Amino acid sequence: MKKIILDSLGKSQHRGLNFRDMLYNNEARAFFFQIVTFVLVVGLFYTAIGNLFQNIEERGINTGFTFLKNRAGFDILPFLGNYVVDYTPESSNFSVFYVGLINTLVVAFVGIILSTLIGLFIGIARLSNNYLVAKLAGGYIELFRNVPILLQILFWYNLFINLFPHPKQSFAFFDIMFLNQRGLYLPKPIPEDGFLLVALSLLVGIIASYFVKQHYKKKHELTGIHTSTWPFSVALILGLPIIIFLVLGSPLQFDIAVLGKFNLRGGMNVVPEFLALTFALSVYTATYIAEAIRSGIEAVDKGQKEAAAAIGLTPTQSLKLIILPQALRVAIPPTINQYLNLTKNSSLATAIGYPELMSAFGGTVLNQVGQAVEILAMAMLVYLVISLFISLLLNYVNNKMAIQGR
Amino acid sequence: MPVFDQQETRKPPISQIGAVLWLKTNLFSSWINSILTFASLYLLYIMIPPLLNWMIFDASFSFGTINFFGFEIKFSEEMATNDNCGRVGACWPYIYEKLYMYTYGFYPRTETWRPNTVFALTGLLFVIVPLVKNYKYKNRVTLSLIILYPLISYVLIAGGFGLLTPVATDQWGGLLLTLIIASVGIIVSFPIGVLLALGRQSNLKVIKLFSTLFIEFIRAVPLITILFMASFVLPLFLESGNYFDKLLRALIGIALFQAAYFAEVVRGGLQAIPRGQYEAADAIGLSYFQKNVLIILPQALKISIPNIVGSSISLFKDTTLVLIIGLFDMLAMVNLTSNDPYWLGRETEGFVFVTMVMWAILYTMSRYSRKLELRFNTENKN
Repeated sequence: MKKIILDSLGKSQHRGLNFRDMLYNNEARAFFFQIVTFVLVVGLFYTAIGNLFQNIEERGINTGFTFLKNRAGFDILPFLGNYVVDYTPESSNFSVFYVGLINTLVVAFVGIILSTLIGLFIGIARLSNNYLVAKLAGGYIELFRNVPILLQILFWYNLFINLFPHPKQSFAFFDIMFLNQRGLYLPKPIPEDGFLLVALSLLVGIIASYFVKQHYKKKHELTGIHTSTWPFSVALILGLPIIIFLVLGSPLQFDIAVLGKFNLRGGMNVVPEFLALTFALSVYTATYIAEAIRSGIEAVDKGQKEAAAAIGLTPTQSLKLIILPQALRVAIPPTINQYLNLTKNSSLATAIGYPELMSAFGGTVLNQVGQAVEILAMAMLVYLVISLFISLLLNYVNNKMAIQGR
Repeated sequence: MPVFDQQETRKPPISQIGAVLWLKTNLFSSWINSILTFASLYLLYIMIPPLLNWMIFDASFSFGTINFFGFEIKFSEEMATNDNCGRVGACWPYIYEKLYMYTYGFYPRTETWRPNTVFALTGLLFVIVPLVKNYKYKNRVTLSLIILYPLISYVLIAGGFGLLTPVATDQWGGLLLTLIIASVGIIVSFPIGVLLALGRQSNLKVIKLFSTLFIEFIRAVPLITILFMASFVLPLFLESGNYFDKLLRALIGIALFQAAYFAEVVRGGLQAIPRGQYEAADAIGLSYFQKNVLIILPQALKISIPNIVGSSISLFKDTTLVLIIGLFDMLAMVNLTSNDPYWLGRETEGFVFVTMVMWAILYTMSRYSRKLELRFNTENKN
């Protein structure tokens, strides 16, 4: 009997290897299929790489990463990346990579903040009991969500270029900010000696207020006495730097743009490419964030709010302790995913020539050097690292917010 | 015995009925709400009138002749020119004149009936498929349509085979190209996506590893890097001398990209299937193939249909990216047509027109996906 069972399981140990047994043995089959897949995939790669080297040799394309040291030889639209790297056409191709990376991160950073603000606003407005406000927010979402992002980027860029006035007739805001065809002119901060100290004091203030908060949290847990910590935080984070700033005699000057003969001089120029790109990305991503926030708020059961009121929590306490933690658990993961999408979509700047990674490095350098494999691999690696970083963040948040079973 | 006169019921106060009540509860329920209402009205006031003025009241409509899908509609004897239109409002005659480019790109004007037939067939498909739903040969009809429709469309559009004059792919453009890329992308990537999803859920370590790596890699990078890869690096991977059409390269890139996203959507469906279904299928002795085709996938795909449509919507939006690698889809036509020396400076009209068309298509699709979601969401019906 035992033998029959063993046979039927295909585990006939005493008969040795038998082809028929192997054919019907699950483990043998699994092994076989995995080997076949492995051989196929590796074979495919092997052939492709072999062809690659042959093609590269035939076409006389260089290999390796020495091109990174070569002179770039072209101008890049002046923006933050240029100033940080101090880029000139004499700089190397690697500095182009660096400039592109910085410009990508700047767009992502500003876009994430803006889209969160707009998304928060629209998401809450969507749930307003004011009919007009709710419908307007709904209309906003339906309009901007259903138009391809590339179309929006090109549209706003075209509109900014055509609609904004010549530098001569710039829109002026209190004579410190100017808006015209060449972009937005902001006052340029020029730090003087001692400004570093102010920045340091801000950091100290943030760290100190964290410890104060921890201290009173512990006290609350031990004694049940609640102390509101926000006055301490305001004093430490805002007060401390302001005092040091004043004590040192305002070590920060602003360079305000002045209207010259044909153009504005001085100040900090935010190019229209950046404005259009950030605006389009924020407006588009905000529709998704708004939906995430709406679904988060709607996911909290009505009974939760009622229960909070029943045990005597004030509306503020109920919002802070009961509603928000539950709403955020639903809303934050999709929102973080949208941050990743925004960062990836910033690569569409190629279409309007804003010098971010895929446009300056993956575009111009690629056309000049022709080493597509290396350049694209570097660009992809950057996006992989960013997305890995955001995944880690997401996992951390998910773990932190997971419902703790007791 | 006292006699009571039946008195007429008093009407509710005016503030408790009809429009006044509605206004009071929905727009002016508190002073904050009243402020918000006025702010919204102001917002509408500064946005809507200028937009309407530009699009309709100050716009020019009637110059020249329109060629609308082969029908000539004559507006006036006057030729449509840039100067006739003026600069205050939109110049729609520009769109009439370029409508052909926006729809077919550089497709030969004498062969317009071919894409038109494909458009008509596509429309017919949407009529036929629901009709055969309850028919005995449902599966056979659907299957043959799935095979026949792309084949007929391809023969009609590309020509060749000694029947029709061949039209090279670089002449395809406009909305036609957008639709081709989107539909080919969806049709090709879907089976790959299903296979990848099964691979990622598989017990076989090697297959699982490769599938996971592929999916996660593709999802981490922007589509544009994949398109650049497909257009610059893919030809290098092939044996030298193999020529690859630019459109085909873009399609390969898009299909691989979309497959990874479909895989994740289908995986979501697979994970929602209770373990008991797998175990029951194993218990009655079905093979891996039978188990998945007969038991698991029909249920998993049904669950994921709304997300599949959602993912297809994203793909449709992403098709616009092909303009960056030099294909002339509908969006690329905006720049191309506004470079016409007779029509300089009319990009805005082009963008608005393309936005309207794209929005109409995408909005319909998203409505449809929401309808499906409601239909398949049988849980939590309060």
